[in-house]
Amino acid sequence: MVQSLNRLKESPSQTAGPYVHIGLTPNFAEITGVYPEDLGIRMVNDKTKGERIVVKGRVLDGTGTPLKDALVEIWQADADGLYNSPSEVRVSADANFTGWGRCPSGMDDGVFTFETIKPGRVPYPDGRLQAPHITFWVVARGINIGLHTRMYFGDEEASNAEDPILNRIEHRVRVPTLIAQREGNVYTFDIHLQGEKETVFFDI
Amino acid sequence: MSEPSRSNNKPETGAFYQRDLDWHPKAFTPWYKTSVLRSPQKSLLSLDGTISEITGPRFGHNIIGELDNDLIHNFARPGESAIGPRIVVYGRVVDEDGRGVPGALVEYWQANAGGRYRHRKEGYQAALDPNFGGCGRSITDENGGYFFRTIQPGPYPWPNGPNDWRPAHIHFSIFGSGFSQRLITQMYFEGDPMIAMCPIVRTLNDPDAAKALTAKLDMQETLPMDSRAYKFDIVLRGRRSTFFENRREGN
Ligand SMILES: [Fe+3]
Repeated sequence: MVQSLNRLKESPSQTAGPYVHIGLTPNFAEITGVYPEDLGIRMVNDKTKGERIVVKGRVLDGTGTPLKDALVEIWQADADGLYNSPSEVRVSADANFTGWGRCPSGMDDGVFTFETIKPGRVPYPDGRLQAPHITFWVVARGINIGLHTRMYFGDEEASNAEDPILNRIEHRVRVPTLIAQREGNVYTFDIHLQGEKETVFFDI
Repeated sequence: MSEPSRSNNKPETGAFYQRDLDWHPKAFTPWYKTSVLRSPQKSLLSLDGTISEITGPRFGHNIIGELDNDLIHNFARPGESAIGPRIVVYGRVVDEDGRGVPGALVEYWQANAGGRYRHRKEGYQAALDPNFGGCGRSITDENGGYFFRTIQPGPYPWPNGPNDWRPAHIHFSIFGSGFSQRLITQMYFEGDPMIAMCPIVRTLNDPDAAKALTAKLDMQETLPMDSRAYKFDIVLRGRRSTFFENRREGN
């Protein structure tokens, strides 16, 4: 016999189901008067530092049909590459930027939209800089465990080329699945759950 | 939104223990039909956490309203209350090392006592309860504890197989201290024969996994002449200790 490590098992995931909006964005689900507003709908205010951008996209199933019952959360650094989190131990992040957003895909068109700022670069554990990116988490009916991925910026070619994570992707044809293209101040990032254009998802 | 870090506690900066993906449900579970076209088919790219995943948003107690953890009253007209068996659900959010997770945002949602959700796309004929919205939230205390009161939700049929029913359940969403701890799951009720029949429960391979999501009736924590109590503990991923900084030599 040996000592036990006495670890517990993580609670197993279960799908968010078709009514995830009731719990996470009740005002969007027309359940009003319980919370003043849905969490995560405002990431910036007029004092937030950095370049204002809009991130838009859809979550698409294996037939290319957009999901109309998905929920997307994003998490990102501020303009200086700092996270608004107690686990950020470098210096304090921009107090006028939450770094976290939550948006349901539209019940009619399946589009999610985040008004945010372009993040700065943050270090990889070995000290190299990562390219600017936004961390995504997607849940929906039919998704048994939330999917983690990242969005990179199409107009950051030089930093994308040296990004330690993009460089870990063995099949280079899949790299573009993580790169959003810019038009004006709008970046479009479609997430493909399946098929030829399946987005790279992470076990992270 | 965020509050300064928990006072006197060292910030949590370690990467997370690897997720046991055999314990969690697989993405492709064809008996749960919607998963077929919504399951990634390629392997996940495994990475150690970077600061982007080790950090996460923090929610202050200031976002919590007085009735946020009272589903019997938070949508009800003044002086009225939701219909159904009154229960208290309580427990702790801990990590895989058993340490309480303070300041975790726990959000929960459910059908009413008849098994009907308040949602535009809900098709079940069971009646809406005008005094029941179906959502609530808590932030865990310094020991990771949370509690809320609600009515016991009813089971409901759903379009999957011709005669599939969900066991009574409450949906949970939990934020720990890092974004890669993010978790959505469901709580089931001890003794419900519908649990074993449910295609969504059966996305879990290991019978112990379904057990881990089944709350136990706790007659010691009832509110006498008011509500029965169910205890539901939630485990989030643990963090590795930062014994040595993991840096390349010379950096
Ligand atoms: Fe449900």
